[in-house]
Amino acid sequence: MRREGSALHGLGVVVMKELSDHLTSVRMRVLEWLVVLFALAAVYLAIQQIKDVTAEDPFLFLRLFTTARESIPITFISFLSILVPLMAIGMGFDAVNSEHNRRTLSRVLSQPIYRDALLFGKFFAGLITISISLLALWLLVIGLGLVLLGVPPSAEEMARAFIFLLVTIAYAGVWLALALLFSIVFRSAATAALVTLGLWLFLTFLWPSVLSSMVAAAIAPPDPRYMAIGLPTPETVEWEQVLARLSPSTLYAEVALALLNPAQRALGTIYLVQLQGAVPGAPLPLGQSLVIAWPQIVGLIAGTIVLFIVGYVVFQRQEVRA
Amino acid sequence: MNGHIIEAKNLTKRYDGTAVVNGVSFAVERGEIFGVLGPNGAGKTTTILMLLGLSDISDGQARVLGHDPVREPLAVKRRVGYLPDQVGFYDNLTAANNLRYTARLIGLEREEREEKIEAALTHVGLTDVAEHRVGTFSRGMRQRLGLAEILMKDAEIAILDEPTSGLDPQVTVELLDIIRNLKQRDVSVLLSSHLLERVQSVCDRVALFNEGSIVLMGTVPELGRQVLGGGFRVEVEALGQGLAARFAAVPGVQKVEALAPDRFRLLSERDVRPEAAAAVVGAGGRLLRLSVEEPSLEAIYTRYFQNTREGERHAA
Repeated sequence: MRREGSALHGLGVVVMKELSDHLTSVRMRVLEWLVVLFALAAVYLAIQQIKDVTAEDPFLFLRLFTTARESIPITFISFLSILVPLMAIGMGFDAVNSEHNRRTLSRVLSQPIYRDALLFGKFFAGLITISISLLALWLLVIGLGLVLLGVPPSAEEMARAFIFLLVTIAYAGVWLALALLFSIVFRSAATAALVTLGLWLFLTFLWPSVLSSMVAAAIAPPDPRYMAIGLPTPETVEWEQVLARLSPSTLYAEVALALLNPAQRALGTIYLVQLQGAVPGAPLPLGQSLVIAWPQIVGLIAGTIVLFIVGYVVFQRQEVRA
Repeated sequence: MNGHIIEAKNLTKRYDGTAVVNGVSFAVERGEIFGVLGPNGAGKTTTILMLLGLSDISDGQARVLGHDPVREPLAVKRRVGYLPDQVGFYDNLTAANNLRYTARLIGLEREEREEKIEAALTHVGLTDVAEHRVGTFSRGMRQRLGLAEILMKDAEIAILDEPTSGLDPQVTVELLDIIRNLKQRDVSVLLSSHLLERVQSVCDRVALFNEGSIVLMGTVPELGRQVLGGGFRVEVEALGQGLAARFAAVPGVQKVEALAPDRFRLLSERDVRPEAAAAVVGAGGRLLRLSVEEPSLEAIYTRYFQNTREGERHAA
């Protein structure tokens, strides 16, 4: 059975409306302040360290993103990996249920548009809002870096930083799609926010560090022969990695590592055999770094799409009445 | 189209096997105000949502303006205006901006949009507050804004779900006036309500819902005849000889009660005022006063449910 007309008719209108709602909301004010403060803090901490330590580094500029002060081991990336999910969840947790609760949903859907337009519109508006904030943050950091370091970045550094920005937006997409899904499933915005935040805490802090290794040890118990010589069992380590990569936070951290640290040759276990002939510390070209991070990047985008589709299906089947 | 702008045939909605709406059939003609009445939970809103294509139809068929709301929801929604139960607007936007959003969704061009919004707000008397945020609006103002949206849309059918519930009497009267006005603009109206008295005054025909089915349908006097066996009360004050017998002989009169030597109450199945007057004059009497009380929907409704409940009790 084919539907008449385009499913995305009215999409632009919804995006513009949601975007203007986001940009004029108190949430946006909070985000703007967070962006400015984070940028200042990150650059300040990184520059202190860079000035002290790194005198000759071909990728000095990228160190802005990855360097932490010894006393405070927080890098710009670790800032981001917490800030971005919070931003995305903040944008999405009440996207659909607020329409239910304000009783606007049935009125809006009785206009000549499909539900698709509403859902896509909300997702894109959220993503655009986050992208604007992230772009501002990115430019602030680079600008401050230019002023404070006094060293212009090379073309490759800019390219790496830019791809990193795009990946960060994809990472935001995962959490936005998740928040949107729960805003569809739960009628109460508070419940949706709590469940999304809970899942974020679980996936970011509990799963990759503790639970994934516990599960891995259960699936592939460590071999006593390896244990005897004090080495981890390869199978267990591999399982650990596979399981940890179910968390978007792990994927994001790996991509950031590969992109911003050109010397990074692989993500995951490396056998000694593979290191033969390698020049330690020699940077990879951008293309090779991308190849290393590609599966993770695809994983992030695929995660976004899958979560969005689940939300889409639930939304299409949902009754509009309260 | 044979004049029917809404046609429902055997419309059924099931949730997990339980029928919420069970084989409902009715037709609404162009230019009429059709009332869908019944207690809460009788399936009124579900029926409306199915007509709009906002809820899947489990069984049966619906045609709105010749379109199938399941297959061609956009065509239906373009020409039908809907005012949901307890309509909501974006509280952070002004009244005019709320309408602008809808107008953009409909696809109106800027000039046409502003013109229509202005006209619609004027029509419902909200021009003064057009630039106020809807968050400050009362219930009645929101309902009126909802009607303004339908006017702006130039809808051919207005579907109003409980438009008067929760409003004070004064506002209700104003709102019903606007609804009557819709009819003058050639808009057909389907309105649902559980408040009978108010609705009776505007509806041309009504369908009475109970537990997912239509149990009664027709004009109010028709229903009065069906359920109350008439329901008109004509009161006559007249001086004359043997009037009671003459009234009883009038066709359609079922019972004559003498309230006082010169006052009679005739229970009849239709308005028999002319015949009653003729009877008085024919008897050489003097007619002092003549009044009629039409059957009330309230009475029909109460009696109907009394009857069915008694029927059930007898059956048990």
